[in-house]
Amino acid sequence: MKISRFKWALSAAALAMSASAFAAPPTPAMISNACAGCHGTNGASAGPSMPSLAGHNKESIVTAMKKFKSGERPGTVMGRLAKGYSDADFVAMADFFSKQKFHATSQALDAAKVARGKSLEEESCSRCHMESGKEGKDDSPIMASQWLPYLEIQMNQYLSGHRKMPEKMAEKVKPLSKQDLDALLHFYASVK
Amino acid sequence: MTMERRSFLKLMGAGAGLGAASLMTGCAGLGMEGPTGGRRVVVVGGGYGGTIAAKYIRMMDKSIEVVLVERNDHFVSCPFSNLYIGGLMKDLSPLTINYDKLAANHGIKFVQAEVTGVDAGAKLVRTSRGDIRYDRLVLSPGIDFRTEEIKGYNLATTPDVMPHAWKAGPQTVLLRKQLEAMPAGGTVVMSIPLAPFRCPPGPYERASMIAMYLKQHKPKSKIVVLDANPDIVSKKGLFLKGWKKHYEGIIDYRPAKKVTEIDAAKKTVLIEGLEDVRGDVVNVIPPQRAGAIAVAAGLIGPDKNWCPVNPTTFESTLRKDIHVIGDACVAGAMPKSGYSANSEAKSCATNIVNAMNGRELVDMSGINTCYSYLSAKEAVSVTGVYLVDKAKNAIVAAPGSVAVSPDLSELEAIYAESWLKNILTEMSS
Ligand code: HEC
Ligand code: HEC
Repeated sequence: MKISRFKWALSAAALAMSASAFAAPPTPAMISNACAGCHGTNGASAGPSMPSLAGHNKESIVTAMKKFKSGERPGTVMGRLAKGYSDADFVAMADFFSKQKFHATSQALDAAKVARGKSLEEESCSRCHMESGKEGKDDSPIMASQWLPYLEIQMNQYLSGHRKMPEKMAEKVKPLSKQDLDALLHFYASVK
Repeated sequence: MTMERRSFLKLMGAGAGLGAASLMTGCAGLGMEGPTGGRRVVVVGGGYGGTIAAKYIRMMDKSIEVVLVERNDHFVSCPFSNLYIGGLMKDLSPLTINYDKLAANHGIKFVQAEVTGVDAGAKLVRTSRGDIRYDRLVLSPGIDFRTEEIKGYNLATTPDVMPHAWKAGPQTVLLRKQLEAMPAGGTVVMSIPLAPFRCPPGPYERASMIAMYLKQHKPKSKIVVLDANPDIVSKKGLFLKGWKKHYEGIIDYRPAKKVTEIDAAKKTVLIEGLEDVRGDVVNVIPPQRAGAIAVAAGLIGPDKNWCPVNPTTFESTLRKDIHVIGDACVAGAMPKSGYSANSEAKSCATNIVNAMNGRELVDMSGINTCYSYLSAKEAVSVTGVYLVDKAKNAIVAAPGSVAVSPDLSELEAIYAESWLKNILTEMSS
């Protein structure tokens, strides 16, 4: 057997496939694939607290990224990461993830809470979280099949004032009890 | 078996997985030594980099044949293995993946074999089960140890007495067993090599996890951390804060203490001939270089340790059609971490597919995140976004993107667990 010897004296330039000088700027897929280590391949999160992005609406992703970057929305890592990207990058990511197949999760959920949530959602939330949370009006995020622990963390951040709730959403959330809100999140997590 | 092969196997510390007998019958062959049809990529190493390179090539182009060669039938993650050492996991199963679903879902040919060499001229990977011809080769070999820099260190025997636990698996289990067997009031000694090494915050997380274990289970014990570096290499402020909060009097951190010699029988490490330190448990993390296969393939650069690569394609600057990703390569500003390897693999895969189809290459946009636990419930992270600087022809951090957590955080510990789940799921399905 022949093992190639240490010969780094060979001309590097002559061997390289191509200098990066000739490469195109990162594509939406290149930018977005880097997110998958946390959010799952193509944005389909394996859970339980990392949110799925696959099939989410473009506007909600762009808004979220902008708010993370400005600090308006609290985050553990997203605020720091968002600083590495431009607004054009945000549009590229949003475009990429919005085109991916919606990720239906199967989570262990309390059936009674799901049923209670279902009875409340139309009246309270469906104006913006439409089609049982499968669609989002303007920049309202998609909540169908989202991981429950993630939704709970976010709702807690709204209720504690950490994350600023949209005014019109706050009007609907305020009158509800903790139990009802919990039931609503169970319902959205259950939607396939 | 020829002399060269035998000495090379010794160099690789092989024989760990496969017995000599199976190595010799390996010549029966895989039927992959003949012509390839021009579209075969062979990926060596089934860890954070290799699995992702194999998967993404197939996701992007099903007409490219991908062969993944790995010596084990499973992989154990180094990230989070410190939590096992600290007693937060009952076994290694949350850290372990296999290749069945990955291979089936994407039509990847998985070959469990020991790679024994690379013939770059003939474009052949030599394995214990026969030769495999490639059009492009991706090496994601991880690290091996520069044990020659520690007098008295024998790679075949020392780790059984003084575990490094810097490759997860049996070594990780051994270190925890030694901690469990240690009497209360004992001393753990841990040594950290000069940077760069795999996982910059890893040793400091390990010190935290061991201290947590001692605090709970071994009263009056302590851990002496001998760091060859002049200071804590990563997340310094956060580690110091966590140590003060939880482990005052348990962690004895000593910077600029380089272990140059060991005496395994006496469980003692020596620091530059000046000072010796004895421990009941001794965790020596030796200095590191690219995995032996990369060294043997002639991919090591002027620093004699790591593999220089093109920042866009991760093709070796020394050997055509061989790409190196993960801890083994020099990825500019990107640290040697699992998340970096994941990002590098995707840039490498994308551009192999582009090159094989005569398409324009695309610069990388990558991310690194490393979570570290300070206690059972608190974690911190460092994050960064990375891109190619054309003028420097190197990977640099996007301005303002590299930063650490503002404080210890319970929420980060919750997200970190999901990070592990997601990245291992991405690698195994
Ligand atoms: C290190 C893990 C990690 C990486 C990498 C990461 N994210 Fe996140 N992402 C999170 C976490 C955790 C949250 C919850 C907010 C927080 O704590 O920062 C989140 C939240 C989000 C949200 C809000 C989702 C919603 O429904 O409100 C979006 C959008 C998002 N991330 C997009 C991205 C994009 C795009 C990338 C790649 C550029 C990315 N993330 C990379 C961990 C990550
Ligand atoms: C007037 C429109 C509107 C209504 C009504 C509304 N929401 Fe929202 N919701 C939004 C928008 C917009 C966001 C994103 C806001 C932001 O950037 O924080 C959001 C975000 C959320 C989130 C965070 C999801 C994520 O992925 O981060 C939760 C949870 C949520 N809403 C729950 C509810 C529930 C439960 C109701 C009904 C009680 C409700 N919302 C009613 C507009 C609305």
